[in-house]
Parts: sequence; structure tokens; C-alpha cells
Amino acid sequence: MNDLATYNFSYLDEQTKRMIRRAILKAIAIPGYQVPFASREMPMPYGWGTGGVQVTASILGPKDVLKVIDQGADDTTNAVSIRAFFQKVAAVAVTTKTKEATIIQTRHRIPEEGLREGQTLVYQVPIPEPLRFLEPRETETRKMHALEEYGLMHVKLYEDIARNGHIATTYAYPVKVEGRYVMDPSPTPKFDNPKMHMSEALQLFGAGREKRIYAVPPYTEVVSLDFEDHPFEVQKFDKPCALCGAENVYLDEVVLDDKGGRMFVCSDTDHCEDRRDCGHAGHMLARKEAAE
Amino acid sequence: MASQSQIFAGAFADPVFSAQSVFKSLMDGFARPGQIIRLGASSVPPAPMGTAAGAVALTLCDHDTPVWLTPALAKSAVPQWIAFHTGAAVTDSKTDARFAFVEKGAPVPGFDQFSLGTQEYPDRSTTLVIEIGALSGGEPLTARGPGIRDEVTIAVRGLPEVFLDFWSANRAIFPRGIDLVLTAGDSVLCLPRTTRLVRQEA
Repeated sequence: MNDLATYNFSYLDEQTKRMIRRAILKAIAIPGYQVPFASREMPMPYGWGTGGVQVTASILGPKDVLKVIDQGADDTTNAVSIRAFFQKVAAVAVTTKTKEATIIQTRHRIPEEGLREGQTLVYQVPIPEPLRFLEPRETETRKMHALEEYGLMHVKLYEDIARNGHIATTYAYPVKVEGRYVMDPSPTPKFDNPKMHMSEALQLFGAGREKRIYAVPPYTEVVSLDFEDHPFEVQKFDKPCALCGAENVYLDEVVLDDKGGRMFVCSDTDHCEDRRDCGHAGHMLARKEAAE
Repeated sequence: MASQSQIFAGAFADPVFSAQSVFKSLMDGFARPGQIIRLGASSVPPAPMGTAAGAVALTLCDHDTPVWLTPALAKSAVPQWIAFHTGAAVTDSKTDARFAFVEKGAPVPGFDQFSLGTQEYPDRSTTLVIEIGALSGGEPLTARGPGIRDEVTIAVRGLPEVFLDFWSANRAIFPRGIDLVLTAGDSVLCLPRTTRLVRQEA
């Protein structure tokens, strides 16, 4: 670096890391339960992933390979700046390849490619309490979790059905972990909820402003709440990805002009690039090549 | 009186990276219960504390975590070693302890004597670090639960007969309960409170 004072490895001081590490171990031991922790000020504003960054900083080692995604993309502001942050304070190797990463920090998607054992997925969480919009008092929501009293959440989903004919929640869709705690999977599209179930990777959740850490260990049951006559369903897309032709992946809508032109492309940029490298092509990619 | 070298020596050679490596092993251990993990960094705590137990103390204990020690550990140079290297206070009260250390061969207190957390804050429970004879070669037990695909066999040696009763009572009060780090030499085997253990049919 230079003559100026340098930071401790991965920015946080050792006492802070120890405190966060203890919280992570308890979080893993109680899947889905939100462990309070003494969240620190980070050199970025709340809402930019301070919780995820503190979790990543506490687990990161010099041999880790870090991938950061914002939605599915490796190349958006939040992802680029967090990746640069860890390159600077931990000199850690970074990648955009899901396969090569040992730690993946995300806001908020889960990569399309199946994660494997030994990988850790770190979520940046804005509001960790799934019951918060139903009950604003922390003392009450804590009691509700203690008593496993989740009727209110089912009423909310029922009201969705009564008003809209179907469960209208499309992201931050509540899940029940290992048959006990109802958990907010962070504002992931509900498309990704099934990937949390029996995942081979360890999943850690950090909420910096709200000062909570929670976890889902590998091979853990994660069930999206639903009703027998209104079973949980994920979003379906009419068309495949316009660039790589992938089906059964989560697509982003991209507006192309002011005449109603639009395209739907993979939200997971690494997955899309991989497929194109393997020769898959969507209808708009083909057209672009024909024009050249 | 313990000799000074016993107290001041024996911590991690490289505190930042050793602590990270030991923590990573513990995180993997709790995320995938039942696997035996050799710690990547060693410590030399005063006898009779084992080297893996010492590494766990150096990695996780500080002034926020009162530590309970067995009578034999409390009489040794271990309290001063922990105080010097981690800043943690030793407590006589099992329910105040965030960590408890039991050396090899010492009687294991009932798990319900420690802090079990509350229904509202189940994370406020004691983590027990117990050194045993060996992490393999004992009576096979089938382990199931979060972190374990289907099931896994663990066969630790040197736990008291009543261990399974202690453990199932601990499992029954979920989400409250203690978490367990079993150590032998420089290896650990972690059992979070969620793991269910049953004897295998002969």
C-alpha cells in the first residue's frame, strides 16, 4: 500500500470480527433465528450492504475467492464497489464466475448455477424481520418468534388471495426454516426461494442497520409458506432469454427505446455469458450478429 | 504458582490469520456437523488444556465472554493464560458463562446447568468445549439434522455414558440449548443443538 496507516486484514478490527464470528456460529446452530450483533459503521451508507460486508469481512481468509453480485449482475455499482473494497482491504482474489468463488456476496439473487459444498452465500439484508410490516414492535415480534406464533403471516397471505385471487407477494417471500422459524429470505425474487431448500452451500444473512445476523446451514429444509389450495409458485416467463436463449431462469426486463421496444435477458450475467460462450444464442443475439 | 512462560507463551504465532482459519474450521464444523476437522493453527495452552481447546479460546473468547472452567483447569495456569491472551474473565457461575471448557477425562457437568438461552434469545447460551479421548473409533451414533445430507455416523470416544440422555434433553428444548465443540488433540467435531443423535442398532 503506502505510508499511510493501513487497515487490519479485511478492514474490521479483531474484536469486532470475534463478536460477529460468535454471532455467526449461534446463527448456524439456530437456523432462521435472527441473532442480534453490534453492527459497526462501515465506510459505506446503510442500504449498501453493510451487513453483508461485515459478515464477509469476518469469514474471509487470504485464500478465498470472492464474487459479488447486485441482483444477478457482477458489473453494477454496488457489486463493483464492494468487490473493489475487499480487493483493497484484504487483497483477496475476486471472480465473476460462480464456479470459482468460495464466498459469494449477493443483493439479492441466488446464482442460477447450483452452488456446491464449501461455498458460502452471504446475503445483504435490509429488513430481516419478516413480521415487521405486520407488527412494528420488536418486543412483540420477538415474542411471536419465541411462541412460534405465525398466524399473522398466514392472514397476510390470505388477504393477498382475497384481494388478488392469488398470493401477490413476489419478493421477500416468507419461508419457514427447518419447521421452526419464519424467516425473511431478503428481497430475493420468490423465483429463488426453492434454491434455498436443501442447498449444498452455507447461507449467511447480514443486516447492518437492523443489527441482525441469521443463517441457513447446508441441507436444511426451507419451505415457502402457502396454502393447500393456493400452493407456492414461482414466476414464469413467456419467452427465453433474448441473449442466450435460457429457459427456467430469472429474467430482467430491459427497455430498448421509447416506442415500447423491450427485451428480457438473464438477470444472472455470469450464467448468461457462460451459455453464450458455449454457443447458445437467443433471438436478439442472433440478430445482432447478422447485422454485423 | 504457574511459571511466567506458561502464561505468556503459547498463543497463535499469527493472530489474525490463525484466528480466521480456526473460525473457518468451526463454521464449517457447525454447518456440517459430525465431520472431523483438523485445525489449521495451533496453540500451546498450559496443561491440562488441549491444543484445539486453546485454539478455540483464542479465536472466540474476549472481554465480552465470561468463561467457565472445570476445577482442574481453574487450578492450573489456564485462567491466567486465557486472561492474558484473550481478556476473558473466568466465572464460577455456569449460567453466566458464554464458553465452558472441560479437559480430557474430567467429569462433564449436566448440560442444563449451563446457560440455555431464553425462548426470546436462544443465542444467549453457553458453548461447551469438551476434550475427549478420540473423535473416532467409539460407539457409532447416527446423526441427522440441518447441515447433514441424509445421515452421518459419528463415533467419538471418551464421553460419559449419560451423554446421549444429556443430548436428547438438550435437543428437546430447541430453540434453547447449548452447542458443543468436541476436541481431541488438534481436531474438532462440532455438534450444534439441532443435531439429532441415535444409537445404531447392533
